[in-house]
Amino acid sequence: MLSATGLGRRIDDGWIWRSVEVKLAAGENLAIVGPTGAGKSLLLRCLAGLDAADEGRIAIDDKPLDEWQMPAYRSRVVYLHQRPALREGTVEENLRAVFRLAAHRSKGYDRSAVIRGLGAFDRDASFLKKDAADLSGGEAQIVALIRALSVEPSVLLLDEPSASMDAVATDQAEDLVARWVGEAPGRASVWTSHDGAQVERVTDRTLTLNGVVL
Amino acid sequence: MNGYLQIGYAQTALAGLLIIANLVLSATLRLGLGRRLAIAALRMSVQLLLVGLVLKWVFALENPIPVLAMAAAMTGIAGVAAVNRTQRRFAGVYWGSLVSVTGSAFFVTGLALLGIVRVEPWFDPQYLIPLLGMVLGNTLNGISLSLDRFVESLVQRRDSVEATLALGGTRWEAAHDHIRDAMRVGLIPMINSMMVIGIVSLPGMMTGQILAGAEPTDAVRYQIVIMFMIASAAALGAFGIVFFTYHRLFDDRHRLRLDRVHKVAA
Repeated sequence: MLSATGLGRRIDDGWIWRSVEVKLAAGENLAIVGPTGAGKSLLLRCLAGLDAADEGRIAIDDKPLDEWQMPAYRSRVVYLHQRPALREGTVEENLRAVFRLAAHRSKGYDRSAVIRGLGAFDRDASFLKKDAADLSGGEAQIVALIRALSVEPSVLLLDEPSASMDAVATDQAEDLVARWVGEAPGRASVWTSHDGAQVERVTDRTLTLNGVVL
Repeated sequence: MNGYLQIGYAQTALAGLLIIANLVLSATLRLGLGRRLAIAALRMSVQLLLVGLVLKWVFALENPIPVLAMAAAMTGIAGVAAVNRTQRRFAGVYWGSLVSVTGSAFFVTGLALLGIVRVEPWFDPQYLIPLLGMVLGNTLNGISLSLDRFVESLVQRRDSVEATLALGGTRWEAAHDHIRDAMRVGLIPMINSMMVIGIVSLPGMMTGQILAGAEPTDAVRYQIVIMFMIASAAALGAFGIVFFTYHRLFDDRHRLRLDRVHKVAA
């Protein structure tokens, strides 16, 4: 589904990583591991088209990234930031706002799907009324995850998605993503995590960035 | 016109005593303002005396070329100064500012000279230079405030801009709130001054015309014209620089390019 060949990223004069090969099949959960500073987030950002790669090619369903309209590509390959960014307003306003984007206007906000998503975190509709500014870091990550799933992507790029969640919420997030991948064909996820046990639990395959500059 | 009382150089120097009073105050209370105040007062005097000489010379020539050269120099300085007041720079920002200042100030001043005030000849420096000067001063302000706010808000709220992009938003959708905010900030001084003008403040140009013997009602009409000119030029200039910055800091692949921005010590 999503593939990258010979991918390289340079910062100043040095290569952060080079010759990176990613082959993500439908139904798969891939982990990107490596020491701090190995450029795991940079690789996810690259796959999301938020940064340009300095060499190599990215394609989804054999259609190269260059040929995609960026908003259409990013609607299929959604990147979740390590620090979730929510706008001013309630949780529900945040979840609704993405359907004002031209790319998702035709889909429309589905409140019952959102409430099902919240149910996975033992939270009910009253959570929607909370002010986004009052959320804890973990709660903000929950909202960001539900928001990302609501736009029906094919690939989720999860950058430390549960870094601020407690153990219970972490389990729930892992279950939710696993269920989402299994629920329909043509879905896959890519994870970075500093938690080795989480990588074991949620992913099928591992791609190691060792921080060695070639 | 019933003329006005002339002020000689000796009388001008006499007014300088007012600043001396400030310097004494600063020294007694040890406010540490003395040096900067003295330099500012000196700079102001020298700059104005020089510009008076230049204007006198340009007025006497009755030729469009020196008038336009002076207008171009004033515009260029305004364009550079607008950028120099901001803290974050990117390649091309000076050009963007110059184009924004020139486009908006020349367009508005030209329209006023030819269409509203109907000056003959059109380059008559008695009208062109002061009108352009007032327009430039305010456009500079609008441009630097909008530019500073726009870049600062993209840097500070980068996560939220990129979250919109990452969810499939276009660069316009991701930037729109920040563009609106930057325009608002750039136009605040303009709107505030129009709100209180004549009540709290008597504008300098109108005051000057009244001192020079003009009918107050004539001076007021001039002031209204100039306020409209200023407001429209400041808005056009601010929009110009924000639009330019938008195209520099978001590329056509809908990526936020903060790697193009660097901070300078202000």
